[in-house]
Amino acid sequence: MFQVRVHGRGGQGVVTAAELLSVAAFADGRWAQAFPSFGSERTGAPVVAFCRIGDTEIRTREPVTEPDALIVQDATLLQQVNLFAGLRPDGYVLLNSARRLEELGLAELLGRLRRDRVRAVPATDLALQHTGRPVPNAVLLGGFAAISQVVSLEAVITAIRGRFRGPVADGNVAAATDAYRLVGRTEESRIHAPAD
Amino acid sequence: MLQQIEGSRAVAEMVALCRPEVVCAYPISPQTHIIEALGAKVKRGDLAPCEFINVESEFAAMSVAIGASATGARVYTATASQGLLFMIEAVYNAAGLGLPVVMTLANRAIGAPINIWNDHSDAMAARDTGWVQLFAETNQEAADLHAQAFRLAEAVSLPVMVCMDGFILTHAIERVDLPSQEQVDAFLPGYRPRQLLDPAEPVSIGAMVGPEAFTEVRYLAHVRQLEALERIPEIAAEFCGHFGRCSGGLLRPYRLDGAELVVVALGSVLGTIKDTVDALRDEGARVGVLGITTFRPFPAEAVRAALADVRRVVVVEKAFSIGHGGVLTADVAGTVSDRAVPVATVVAGLGGRPITRASLRPVFQAAAAGRLEPLTFLDLDREVVERELARMASRHRSGPTAENVLRDLGAAGSKIL
Repeated sequence: MFQVRVHGRGGQGVVTAAELLSVAAFADGRWAQAFPSFGSERTGAPVVAFCRIGDTEIRTREPVTEPDALIVQDATLLQQVNLFAGLRPDGYVLLNSARRLEELGLAELLGRLRRDRVRAVPATDLALQHTGRPVPNAVLLGGFAAISQVVSLEAVITAIRGRFRGPVADGNVAAATDAYRLVGRTEESRIHAPAD
Repeated sequence: MLQQIEGSRAVAEMVALCRPEVVCAYPISPQTHIIEALGAKVKRGDLAPCEFINVESEFAAMSVAIGASATGARVYTATASQGLLFMIEAVYNAAGLGLPVVMTLANRAIGAPINIWNDHSDAMAARDTGWVQLFAETNQEAADLHAQAFRLAEAVSLPVMVCMDGFILTHAIERVDLPSQEQVDAFLPGYRPRQLLDPAEPVSIGAMVGPEAFTEVRYLAHVRQLEALERIPEIAAEFCGHFGRCSGGLLRPYRLDGAELVVVALGSVLGTIKDTVDALRDEGARVGVLGITTFRPFPAEAVRAALADVRRVVVVEKAFSIGHGGVLTADVAGTVSDRAVPVATVVAGLGGRPITRASLRPVFQAAAAGRLEPLTFLDLDREVVERELARMASRHRSGPTAENVLRDLGAAGSKIL
């Protein structure tokens, strides 16, 4: 079983990200379970959601405390929340940032994780470019497909098109595909947004 | 069709397939997504001739449900927590009048202190209302139980409450197989009331009954619940045949073969318990699980049979009777009272506290070794409790303890001194 924790802020579509990831896994023929951490969600407040993906029915209902992967939708949470709590040493981290990981003060983290499993991708920039809205959730799933190989890009696109319609769907698919390519091809921690 | 869908949405889809004629509800977390989805369907005309009645409170919701059901309509509503308490007088009336209303209870804690998260306090508060109470383990079962609930309610003329864990199930997105309209129609024929309100042939229902007959009326209500106990497995078996998967029924035994310790529980925590028990089984522990799907009427004979060869029982409960202990425990203990089988209560998951395998495992191990106290509060923060007890001992004052506990924890709480 592969366990993902999504961190972000109210309004960034954190819960939707976990849901879309589970729908993508379902589209790939796997079992998946997504659920939010339930709190008094407010715009801007830290929000967490979870997704488990497996090859058999997922029965446990407890929150994900030892994630195999983290998706961080807002890099300003780095100073506010213990994002990396419980993260497995061979775990994956995908950060929404246009900056280098080293610039984000993550040198210590990079030291104890596998370097090829930690990536930053400018998901907000890509979202703005393709959808005109600064909502990075669906975009990051494209990057997540590339870094983790746990879901396919095709399944992520299926999930996005199942949730959104028209230009919003098209824009998110284009942005997720860009994120997939950026994360997939770079060996550097820094991924330049096309707009850079 | 298999779908990756939110629990609330799955329930709304299944309820819609059951062709309700009146849906009346007042929104309360965590029930809202179900009602929103059904409201949207009615507005789009997908459920014609169903009427969605906006009401001003939960009391009105159940009162409208009673009125609509009495006219012969198939009626659905949903609530949770304080909403259930607000409608409780009418909840008793629906049962007393023998009206086959189906209601989802999105289980949530009851205040004070206010808490929107999951536990079973609300369901336990309705334990003695005369409603049938079914508990869903998964969202698949939550959906399936609604089709069975309408069948059962109309077969025995009793209201049925489908309990599903608030947020944990209602807001979880997982795989659910939703049937076709044809499948549901074949399983659930249209509602034919035994008696209905008709201006052409006036009748009165809800008559006053004095001491000369009240005992008999209540006894007959009990008989009707016992009849439900017979019908529930039949309907579950029929459901299996129609839909090719089994849901509902009285009990859900798991790995009881050779089990010396059995863990009993209601609802979605059974999944976490099963994972915990699998790990213990792998290490040679003789542990099994007994899920209670039908809580009211209580399937005492079936529980007795399931626990026949068991040496110890642990009941994991998301509610408790303050000043006494486990609620389900008392029912379960009654089935083994003729044998020297200790039945311990583990109160867990109150007000949404996560129930983890890491916390359950040592408790089950202690139980297997005969070292578990009769009443345990899982993950209780002793330090916080001791500090508040010391304060209470040093200074006698009335009022709530919640704010002091929050302050000890460094959480935001108003200061009361």
